[in-house]
Order: sequence, then structure tokens, then C-alpha cells
Amino acid sequence: MYAYDELDRTLINERVSEFRDQVKRRLSGELTEDEFKMLRLQNGVYLQLHAYMFRVAIPYGTLSSKQLRALAHVARRYDRGYGHFTTRQNIQYNWIKLAELPDALADLAEVGIHAMQTSGNNTRNVTSDQWAGVAPGEIEDPRIWSELLRQYTTLHPEFSFLPRKFKFAITASSHDRAAIKIHDIGLRLYRNAEGETGFEVLVGGGLGRTPFIAKTIKPFVPGRDLLSYVEAILRVYNQYGRRDNIYKARIKILVHELGIEKFAQEVEEEWLQIRDSALTLDSSVVEEVRSRFSYPVYEKLPHMPEELKKAAHDPLFERWRRNSVFPHKMPGYAIVTLSLKPVGGPPGDATAEQMDAIADLADKYSFGEIRVGHEQNLALPHVARRDLPVLWKALDKIGVATPNVNLVSDIIACPGLDYCSLANARSIPIAQELTRRFANHDTANLIGRLHINISGCINACGHHHVGHIGILGVEKNGEEFYQITIGGRADENAELGALIGPAVKYGEVADVIEDIVEAYLALRARPDELFVETVKRLGVEPFRERVYATR
Amino acid sequence: MTSPLEQKKIKITGPSVVTANRTWDGAVIWRTAAHGWSAELADAAIVRTSDEARALLAESVADDVGAVGAYIAPVEIKNSGAIKPGNLREHIRSEGVTIGPSVPA
Repeated sequence: MYAYDELDRTLINERVSEFRDQVKRRLSGELTEDEFKMLRLQNGVYLQLHAYMFRVAIPYGTLSSKQLRALAHVARRYDRGYGHFTTRQNIQYNWIKLAELPDALADLAEVGIHAMQTSGNNTRNVTSDQWAGVAPGEIEDPRIWSELLRQYTTLHPEFSFLPRKFKFAITASSHDRAAIKIHDIGLRLYRNAEGETGFEVLVGGGLGRTPFIAKTIKPFVPGRDLLSYVEAILRVYNQYGRRDNIYKARIKILVHELGIEKFAQEVEEEWLQIRDSALTLDSSVVEEVRSRFSYPVYEKLPHMPEELKKAAHDPLFERWRRNSVFPHKMPGYAIVTLSLKPVGGPPGDATAEQMDAIADLADKYSFGEIRVGHEQNLALPHVARRDLPVLWKALDKIGVATPNVNLVSDIIACPGLDYCSLANARSIPIAQELTRRFANHDTANLIGRLHINISGCINACGHHHVGHIGILGVEKNGEEFYQITIGGRADENAELGALIGPAVKYGEVADVIEDIVEAYLALRARPDELFVETVKRLGVEPFRERVYATR
Repeated sequence: MTSPLEQKKIKITGPSVVTANRTWDGAVIWRTAAHGWSAELADAAIVRTSDEARALLAESVADDVGAVGAYIAPVEIKNSGAIKPGNLREHIRSEGVTIGPSVPA
């Protein structure tokens, strides 16, 4: 966990007071909605279909149990008893009252949580690998650099009015769990041939109306130069990014139109001017941030304790363990993913009771720490393997032990037309139906790793372009239709999916997905050939034939 | 369901209402014939021509303190006289989410 200092606490508290005053002036009529809109957006407050929506940042996906209890408290006290974890390590509340928002923010501020820059044309919440600091083989904890970026970008005046929103993601593992290639700037921390650690910097990734996979702009930037290099990118974007057309305003469009070589040249020229400036991160600064992260004092524990051997006779426990328990850098410990994808449930939702219970379990079994992943699941990052059987029972009791992590029913979905004012079609009911269709765990395991991502509109909050199967809701003459893509992926081999054919009606989506999955099972070269590998090998055509032959 | 927030021209083809969200709590509301707001669609003022719609929208937008994001939405008038939402988006705003009982009302 990172411990905020006095400066952080003052900044957050001042922001609450400022927003309280702004809300008061809005409700009295002193501020018009036009004047207030940007102010509320800068504090994560949107207006959606039914009510205001409040988006709270969970920087680099790390929460303490105390913070999770505060999120539960907000759900219970100010909302309707639940929250929705998003694809960018935020939580959203769907029914918040504007008049009560300052109180909710004040309650969150007490535990160091805020909603600054969770909306608006500024640098957004810096996201990272939800296994940061505990993943085996990781170069170093990427949250140290995430935190440096968070501090540097928060309320940065030069980056508060960018042409459009701007998102960072960081990983320090060879397997990318942070989806860095679909971010405006993606950072991969690695060690070069000389043994020095630094970043491969990628730029111009993003989904939405015009999706692009990020391109490498610089293969290696030493850690000390990270801020100056990032600032050079942001300056070039700020200067040349389009402000005349919202659909062409993201950095991905600029990179595409200029070409990566020309863009890189512009950045290089800018960087040379600021490289050895106050932005240079000397080791004392990095160490200061590093020192504010606390790490558990792990015990020396066996890899295969008696408790685990005994529990291995229970097939239900074993099914869950094989699916949801992952290796940890420390022997005797494990990372446990908590599925927020129950059969028939809205993906990513958690009730206040579940959040409180998870916080208690984190205190008992995970050194008080919880992680949030972009796949809309939670994780307990430091679980002693001996505790797995008892933890499983507790997780199962509160409905977060569905053994479907990374399987077909572990669906990413945006709120869609049930909540969102931008949506054209519903996402959640499609996800719910699919989880029912694929509820059989044996079938899901037979299918293997398969990510279905659903967006209710072209803005792609559900990351449909990079789903192994992507589902995009569109509207035709007032009716919901869905375009299906296959072959996308968001990891280190990120790719955009390809459209398989004409859009299908709401009521046909689940049947089409079943057809695609059946086609895969018939076409795969061997049982361990993943869905995306089969699509890569054979292309879209065999799937298209299967889906449209009878339609 | 093209977002009504992108509504540029006012041209209605059937009975319509003006809807918005209440400023202090965001609740869904409809403009009434009495120049106020109601949380019940049944209380909404019905307009049938573009001129009527334009006038109702203008007075709704003028109440910037009471309501946010006012726009014109289609409705159906049943034989019984009951007012029903004219499309899925408005149905969801009026009746609530379609995702089942897992979400508390």
C-alpha cells in the first residue's frame, strides 16, 4: 500500500471543499449547468439516464481494506447499495444525488480516495497490472512509477485542458495484464541488455470510433527520464492535437495522421529541450516514493501445506483453485482472483455487503489489501496457500468464487443502455444471458480461455475491439443490433478483432456466440489451441460461414 | 436509439414530451402542462407539433436550476389514454433497468 503524505491529504480535502462550494452555487442557481458541467466532470460526476453517475479512482488498482469499506459505505449511504467496477480501475455509482456528493467525497477523502480526473479532457487515472508487486518474474513494482505519474499529472495545469482525455497504463511483466497497447501512453518496464531498467514507451493506442493498437515510439527510456519524455509527448499532443473535431481529438489520430516516425521526431525535439530539467527523476525521488509503499512481511511457508492437500479431495474446491488461484512471487503464497461475474449477474458489480465482507477477508487473509483488475474482477494479492480452503468457503458464501476467471463467462461489459446516456444498445442483459448459456463449468473449461467483451456503443468502454469475441451494440431504426468481431486481444500480442458479418438482433446474439464457440471447438487443431489462436490460423471465414449459413 | 443529447433539429412525428433530470438528485422528470416538473410520466404535457415541442422545450430549458439536460422524447398514447415511453431508451428511463432483480430498486 502507498501511504499518502500531508500534501496529498491537503490537496484532496481542499478539493472536497472547493466542490462543496461549487455544488452549493449550482443548486442555488448561481452557476448554470453550462458553467458547472466541466467542474462536475473534473470530479467524476456524469449525468446518465436515471441519475448522476459518480466515478471514483482506484489508482493502479490498489485498495486497502479500509478504503474498500469506504467504497461500500458510499454505496450504502449515498447510492443503492452497490457499485460497478470499470475497465479502468475505477468504481462507478449509478444513483448518486448531486446534493449529497460533497459528503460522499468527504467520506472518501478520509481514506485518501478521490474522484479527480476520472473524467474530462485531462490525464485520467493511471492504471497498472492488478498483480503489481506480487507477480512472479516482474522486473519491479510498476506502482512506484504509476504513483510518480499520478503525482506528476494530478492537477497539472498544462494537462488539464488537453484536446481530449488521456490515459496511461503501466506493466512490469512480460505478460501484459494492464492492456497497455490500448492506451494513449503504454509503458512497459523492463531490463535492457546492459542491465538497466527503463521503459518501452508506446503511444497512440485506443479503442472507440477509430481503434488503434499503440506503437512503440521509443524502445528504451531510462526511469530518470520518464517524466520529461512523457511531458514531451503530451506537449506535442497539446500543440498539434485537434480541438475542432471531438472524434479526431485523441492522440491516436495525431499519431496516425503524422505517422509514428514524424510524431517521434517531434517528441524527440521537444524532449531534447526539457530532458535535463527539473523533471529528471533522481534516485532519491524514486526512493522516496518507493519508501512510502509498504509490503507485507511474509512468513516462510510451504508450497503444499497440509490444509491444501486435504482440501484437494474436494472437487469443488479444486475446480476453484485451478481456475482462480495464481502463482505468487513468494513461496507459500498465492494471488486469488475474486470473480465479479456470477451466472446471471451484471459484470463488475459488487454490493456493499460483498465489499465489506471482502475487506474483512482481506484483513484476515491478504494483509489488508485488495486489487482491482481491468477485467472487472477483484483480487486478494497475498494469500497464504494454507488459507486457501477456508478462504474459498468464505468467498463462495458471498458469491465471488465462481470458477470462471478467464473463461467464456468472465465477460467484460460496459453499463450500456441500462444506465449510460451515450449507449445505443444494452450490454448487461446480453452478458447475463451469455453467462447462463455457458454456466456449465465443464463446458467452459473445455472451451478454455475466451474473453467476450461487450460495448453498448462505439465509444467502446467494454473494450469490444480487443475481445476474443467482441460484441458492439448499434441502433438501426430504433432497434438494438449487435456487430460481432472475433480475434481481438488486449495482451502483449494485442490485436483488433475482425467483423464476421452483418449485425444481428438482440434476441439472436447469444445463439450467434454459441455458434461461434461450437465452430471453434470443431475447428481447433488441438484441445489447447486457444480460440484466438484458431482465429489467427484460419481467419474469419469459417466462423462467418457457421454463423450466417442458416441466417 | 441515437442519443437525444445529439438532438439538433426539432421535428416530431407523433406525440411527444419533454424530459430531463432533476438538478439536485438527478431523478428522471417530465415537464407538465402546469409549467412544472413531475417524476411521473403520466403527468407529462403532451405536444403534437414541432412548434408546441419547441415552446415546451424552451420553457423547460429556461428552468436551469430545477432541471438538467431537457430534451424531447417520443411517447405512445394508449387507447386508455395512458402515456407510454416511445422507445427503449425512454422505457428504461421511465421503468428502470432491464437487468433483473439483482439490482435493488
